[in-house]
Amino acid sequence: MSARNRKAGAPFTPAGEPVDAGGHLLKDDRPGAVSIPGAGDIPPGRKTRTLWGDAWTRLRKNKLAIAGLVWVILIITVTLSADLWVPQTFGDPTSTEFDGLLSPSATHPFGTDRIGRDVFARVIYGARVSLAVGVLAVGISVILGLTLGALSGYYGGVLDSLVMRTADIFFAFPYMLFAIALLAILGPGYQNVFIAIGILGWPSIARVFRSSILSVKETEYVDAARAMGASDLRIMLRHVLPNAIAPLIVYSTMSIGGAIITEAALSYLGMGVQAPTPSWGGMLSEAKALMGVAPWLTIWPGFAILTTVLSFVLMGDGMRDALDVKMKD
Amino acid sequence: MVKYLVRRVLQMVPVFLGVTLILFVLRIPGFLPGDPIKLIVGERPLSAELRAQVEKENRLNEPIHEQYVWYVTQALQGDFGNSYQKNRPVAEILGDKFPNTFRLAFAAILVEIVVGILAGIISAVKQYSFWDVLVTLSTSVLVSVPVFWLGLLLQMFFGIKLKQWTGGAMFLPITGMGDPPDLVHLILPAITLASVSTAYVARIMRSQMLEAMGQDYIRTAVAKGLTERAVVFRHAMKNALIPVVTYIGIDLGALMGGAILTESVFSWPGVGRELYLAVLQRDWPVVMGGVLVVVLIVMVVNLLVDISYAVLDPRIRYGGAAE
Repeated sequence: MSARNRKAGAPFTPAGEPVDAGGHLLKDDRPGAVSIPGAGDIPPGRKTRTLWGDAWTRLRKNKLAIAGLVWVILIITVTLSADLWVPQTFGDPTSTEFDGLLSPSATHPFGTDRIGRDVFARVIYGARVSLAVGVLAVGISVILGLTLGALSGYYGGVLDSLVMRTADIFFAFPYMLFAIALLAILGPGYQNVFIAIGILGWPSIARVFRSSILSVKETEYVDAARAMGASDLRIMLRHVLPNAIAPLIVYSTMSIGGAIITEAALSYLGMGVQAPTPSWGGMLSEAKALMGVAPWLTIWPGFAILTTVLSFVLMGDGMRDALDVKMKD
Repeated sequence: MVKYLVRRVLQMVPVFLGVTLILFVLRIPGFLPGDPIKLIVGERPLSAELRAQVEKENRLNEPIHEQYVWYVTQALQGDFGNSYQKNRPVAEILGDKFPNTFRLAFAAILVEIVVGILAGIISAVKQYSFWDVLVTLSTSVLVSVPVFWLGLLLQMFFGIKLKQWTGGAMFLPITGMGDPPDLVHLILPAITLASVSTAYVARIMRSQMLEAMGQDYIRTAVAKGLTERAVVFRHAMKNALIPVVTYIGIDLGALMGGAILTESVFSWPGVGRELYLAVLQRDWPVVMGGVLVVVLIVMVVNLLVDISYAVLDPRIRYGGAAE
């Protein structure tokens, strides 16, 4: 319901109070104020419900999305607190202090690798790389995509054609090959991986944001804001962005999963995070030759990638349904 | 229709030129690590005359814009120059690899069509049943599986474990050796390559079928006493298939461009693996030529998909189709 209200041209303050295009409260308690019928009449005693409150209520009922959320929170907690307990209990992720290729046991739940490192500790520390690359890469994509999408949708004309044709060129390139070529230029390493993935991700976000701008640009409340002398930046941040934020959140959540897979793939190919820093993709590339004798080396890092990415996908699906976002695929 | 076609083809020109430009910028000495002369002749010391000769042969001494025009003109005639590493024409190297990539792509598309569409139909017709939950869950899992890990798991299970357990009776070859590789070599790579897209096909098919099954003409068909099979396959499926066909078409374009990860995991002698190795060896003529051909294939297949879509659905032709 509130989603529909927003489209009809009545935005809300963060607290959920209805405001007009200029940001003035519609419900005015000052003496002599004219009350607008139907606008902002909240029955006394009922809690105000916002778009986000509604979405959270719906999301909470989605068991799969909540499972994904719980899993991500668990991984973040475990990997951030790892320094406090993992090296003491299972071993340092980079030191080769144990016998090589021990099968999984109570002391080494995921076994040890060829040169005697504890695989469990490496999987836990590998989460740092994956999550950091996922979040930072999508952050770069969002910043680039919002800026370019805004320029293209708001100003139109030559700028629009230029940005959209550049996006077409990015889409025409085979994705993995583009990423590998970028890393060949930038050099391998963990910073360059998220920079490369971030650079490659902007066109989709620019397209999503551009189409939101196009649909909002002609509405009365944007006209009104402009008539009142609001700057382009203010219109963009106060009136356009809030209308585009739902698809952006859904898209970004799913993209984090995609970025984690890409990072793993690049590290598997040897172009990403370099040894001895533990990364899930790098561990799989070391495991390949030992598949027959030490299957645990292949199984656990992959399982970690799968569950983490799946969590982001399920969260993205859940948010899409909760926020009622229509997406192409 | 002609107007739509012309506009659609004209849109491809700047994209194609943009791709060539990016690829060309990548080759400018100083932009990329590695001296191109050293990449061509190796690390041995070189006399000044010989150096000048190699530069001249590869046109490295000309102004960069002249090199660009020359490259594009040659490329349009199918000449992508010589590989730095292999001393063979790039066109010849690609000609060797593309048939293998096409084989793999078509096998993967076959998996997508059969498994994806069937799973989508079953899941929609028996909505909320055990099978529907199974399909919905497994598609979520499949899109989250890294393809190279799936490839490794399949190799481990079919190539190593089953061989150990059954004494070789159930052994499936795990690498694409042999040129051209046997059909049996195709099974595991094709399943791996198809995995993510099959999940998407099943999802799209399911949602399209559910939408189609809710239409009035389906109710009419049921009301006039048609069997469920006739309603599902003759009436609902026909309309539900259009977006699926589009997706498969676009995917075919992408798959024909070579699949770096699948081809690397299975050592499949295709274009994707060749291009990946070329990037590692800084063999830029191969990278440029290969990417150019791949981009062209993707663009042409997408064009064909768009045309067939415009033929099937007139709204696209007349509706402006701004994008």
